Order: sequence, then C-alpha cells, then structure tokens
Amino acid sequence: MVGLEHYLAVAAALFVIGIFGIFLNRKNVIVILMSIELMLLAVNINFVAFSAHMGDLVGQVFTMFVLTVAAAEAAIGLAILVCFFRTRGTIAVEDINVMKG
Amino acid sequence: MISADISTVLPEILLAVYAMIALVAGVYTGKDKVAPTILFLTAAVMVVLAAMIGLSGGGTTSAFNGAFIDDGFARFAKVTILLAAAAVLVMSKDYMLRRDLLRFEYPVLVALASVGMMMMVSAGDLMSLYMGLELQSLSLYVVASLRRDSAKSTEAGLKYFVLGALSSGMLLYGASLTYGFAGTTVFSGIISSVGEDGMSMGLLFGLIFLITGFAFKVSAVPFHMWTPDVYEGSPTPVTAFFATAPKMAAMGLFARVMFDAFGTSTAEWGQVIALLSLLSMFLGAVAAIGQTNIKRLMAYSSIAHMGYALMGLASGTEQGVEAMLLYMAIYVTMSVGTFAFILSMEKDGQPVTDIASLNMLSKSHLPKALALLVLMFSLAGVPPMVGFFGKLAVLQAAVEAGYGWLALAGVVASVIGAFYYLRIVYYMFFGDEDKAGIDGTMSPVLWVFLMGSAAIMVVGMVNLFGVDGLAAAAAQTLVN
Repeated sequence: MVGLEHYLAVAAALFVIGIFGIFLNRKNVIVILMSIELMLLAVNINFVAFSAHMGDLVGQVFTMFVLTVAAAEAAIGLAILVCFFRTRGTIAVEDINVMKG
Repeated sequence: MISADISTVLPEILLAVYAMIALVAGVYTGKDKVAPTILFLTAAVMVVLAAMIGLSGGGTTSAFNGAFIDDGFARFAKVTILLAAAAVLVMSKDYMLRRDLLRFEYPVLVALASVGMMMMVSAGDLMSLYMGLELQSLSLYVVASLRRDSAKSTEAGLKYFVLGALSSGMLLYGASLTYGFAGTTVFSGIISSVGEDGMSMGLLFGLIFLITGFAFKVSAVPFHMWTPDVYEGSPTPVTAFFATAPKMAAMGLFARVMFDAFGTSTAEWGQVIALLSLLSMFLGAVAAIGQTNIKRLMAYSSIAHMGYALMGLASGTEQGVEAMLLYMAIYVTMSVGTFAFILSMEKDGQPVTDIASLNMLSKSHLPKALALLVLMFSLAGVPPMVGFFGKLAVLQAAVEAGYGWLALAGVVASVIGAFYYLRIVYYMFFGDEDKAGIDGTMSPVLWVFLMGSAAIMVVGMVNLFGVDGLAAAAAQTLVN
C-alpha cells in the first residue's frame, strides 16, 4: 500500500536532487534550469499528495498556480540565457565569472 | 460580495491594468520613442496610487476569503514601495537616455514588479504570497539584465535568476509542508492550527524553509551571495531600484508571514531571525571594507542594513515591528539620495563607480560633498542624523525583548561598518587631489533628490514628519 509517507519521501528526494543539481553541476546552465524544474515538480508532488490525503482541493489549486509560474520562469530563464550566450558565446557554468563572487 | 473584494484590491488592479495598457500602447506607437512619456506617466500613476492608499483611512479589510489583507501595515509598506519606485523611475530617465538604455519596457516592468510587491505585503494566504513574490521576482530578473549587450548585466540577470529561482523553490517547499501539516493555506487557519503544546515537527520544517526563502529575498547572510554581483552588474538605475522598493516589500512580507501565520511561536522563529540578523550585520560591515566599487559597497551596506531591520523583526513585539518599519522607511530614503549621487558619477560621459574617483570632491562641489557627507553619516548611524534614530529604535526593541546580546553585537557591527562610510567622507574632504576623477555635473532632478534626501536626514532629527506615528499605528494592526 502506497501511503502519504512514500509520496513525501519521493518529493523530498527529488527536491534534494534538484538542489544538488544546482550546486554540484559544473558544466552547463541548462542543467541548472532543469534542476530548478525538478525542485518545483517535487513541491507539486507534495501538494497533490497532501491534497489527496486530506481530501482538500486547495493543494491542487496551488499546484496549478505553481505549474503556470514554473512555465513563465523557464521562459524568462531561457531568454536571459540567450542574451548571455550572445554576449559571451558560452553557457558553461565556470564561464559565469566576469564578476567575482 | 465580489464588488467589496474588488474595491479592496482596487489599487493593485489599477496599477496592473495601467501596466498592460502602457505595454500595448508602447508596442503600437513609437516603441522606445515614447519611453520617456511612459516613464513619467508610470511615476505619476504610482504617486497618485500612493496618495490614494495613504489617504484611504483606517480599518482592516480582507478580500477573497482572507487571501488578501488590507490593513495599516500593508498601507504603510505600499506607500513606501510606490513612492520609492516612482522616485527611482524619475531619477533613471537621464542616465538611461544618455546610454541608449531607455526602453519602454523598463517602466512597465517596474510597474508590474510594484504590483507584485503590493500583493506581497497584503498577502493573507500562501497562494497570494507566492503569486505576488513571483510577479515581483520575474520582473526583477528581466530588469537586471536590461542592458542586453553587456556581459556584466546579462551575467547579473542570470545569477539573480538562478539563485532567485532556487529561493522560490525553497519557499515553495516550505509552503507545501506548511499546507500539509496545518491543513490550510490561509494564514489565519495556520495560526489556529498551532496547538497549546507548540508546533508539530512538520510545521517547524515548513517554517524553516519559508524563512530560508525570505532570507534570500531580503539578502540576509548566509543567503546573500547574489547581492554584490547583481548590484554591480545591473545598470545603476536598476541597482537603485533593487536597493529600495523590493527590500521594503520583502521585509514587509517576512513580517506579515511571521506574525499572521506563526504569531504564536515568536520564540521559535525569533531565534532563527536573530541569528540571520547577527550574521548579516557583521558580514555587511566587514566585507564592505575591501570594496572599491561603490555599487558593490552599497550591496554590502544593504546586507548590513537588512541585518538591523531583521533585529527589529526578531524581537517579535509590536515595538520591534514599529522599529523595523521606521528603519526601512529611513533606509529607503537614504538609499534614494545616495543613488541619486551615484547616478551622477561620471567622467567624460562614461559612468564611474570607483570610490577613489571621489577624491577631493569637496573642493570643486562643496554642496554635493556636504549632502553626501550627511547621507554617509546617516547610513553609518552617526548621531544626530536620522539614520541613528532608526538604529536606536531597533536596538531598544531588541533589548526590551530580551535580545541584549544582539543589540550589543549590533552596536559593535555599526562601529566596524562606520569605517567604510567614513572612508568615502575622508576621500571627499581630505583625499588626494591628483586622483580626482569625476566631472561632478548633475542633472537638476538628481540634485533635487540628493539634496532632499540629505535635508530629510538633518531636519528629521527634530521631527520625523509623523512617520514614527504612522509606523506605530501600522505595527499595531499587524501585532495584536
């Protein structure tokens, strides 16, 4: 029987993978964008699992909002990435280094 | 019922509709040729809305089943946000025109970001909180990379985007845990789900993730690493915007969630915020010492100032919130004046950001050097400038709430931080004349903002123009 804890464990695992994807990845900014999506989808699993468990629809409404915002966020992220590529000619993570920090 | 709801959110609706009309108007008419018109119109609309909100009278109303709250606290924050955004817009015009940067999207994006910020400080539900925060953040990512052909600006936008999206993810994970363990997303429901014996473990985790997300947005240490790079890389008017309105909005949102949703557990989150405050004050003070770029210096300065504002919040009392609101209003005023000066720093038409270029400014431009001196003293918290009273208020609140050690650390950090503010004053008055490096001309608009801000810092020590009374009334509506 698959219960609430299983869903929460999967979501937590995906979320942590997403965070590590952002910090450990040394190659490509696209991978960072994918990691961000992974984090948001992990949150969605959480919301839907809680919503189904409690029989309360608010969590699923929240999920719809998150999905919409995630799409807008990806669009803006890719747009900024295209501008960056045009000026620098690269999207490797180690080349994002004009400014220290 | 719906008409009552709509009249509560009328300012937000008006600004959002205006932003969309301005966007379409810009696209179908002269594109960037109409940008100055749209810019001034946007600033005018913001000032009118600020007056409308400020004069709308007291009372607390909530709309859409508690998802949106209009109270004294929200109105105080909204008026500050709108006036700061309008001031920054008016200041940016000359700078952007001369550098061929004035696109009509800029005022539209600032207007949309302001709608998001107004939603943030009025949020009464995790959903409206998230939507407001994202509307603000997405607009800010774009304005950070406004100078599309510059490697620095696009890099600033990219860094801001990646770390901002990460923080939104953290916040959202916290929101999902809060929803799951409290059973609702409405703040009033969350606070009543906390029982007599304190928070459940899941709710505590949710709270910690939410605080992490907010700490990113207010750039509190250890979640501050985006701030210096974004401040340095963005075009200067955009940096001025980042340093003012979004800071106020993020602090307002932070206080709103802490008190409205977790107001019965001040001891739990007070500890966490006190730690954030301590680290921010010290890192902001120490790391700024080595900076030579004035925009990076202002970034560290803003980190330190957020530390002081968080000290007020950490107190968890009405007095603390009042001190925080007062501190933020003073900080925004000082920032507007300082950035008016930074916008005017140029040599042969090129912007200069090196601090050494201010050497012996007092010899050629005494009034401006004096105005900057007042602002620097005020930022450092030297009595009797107004900045000192802001610091005094948060320190008092912290001591009375039992955070004596934090107040003591704040005093030490402010002494360390005074070093780099006073170094700028030293350069201006006792520096090396050979290294002088700015033309020192200034457009009348910037001059008015610089002198006005400096004058407020001096005159305010007699009377704070009633802002302290308004902040007290605003704090009272939030904490009860």
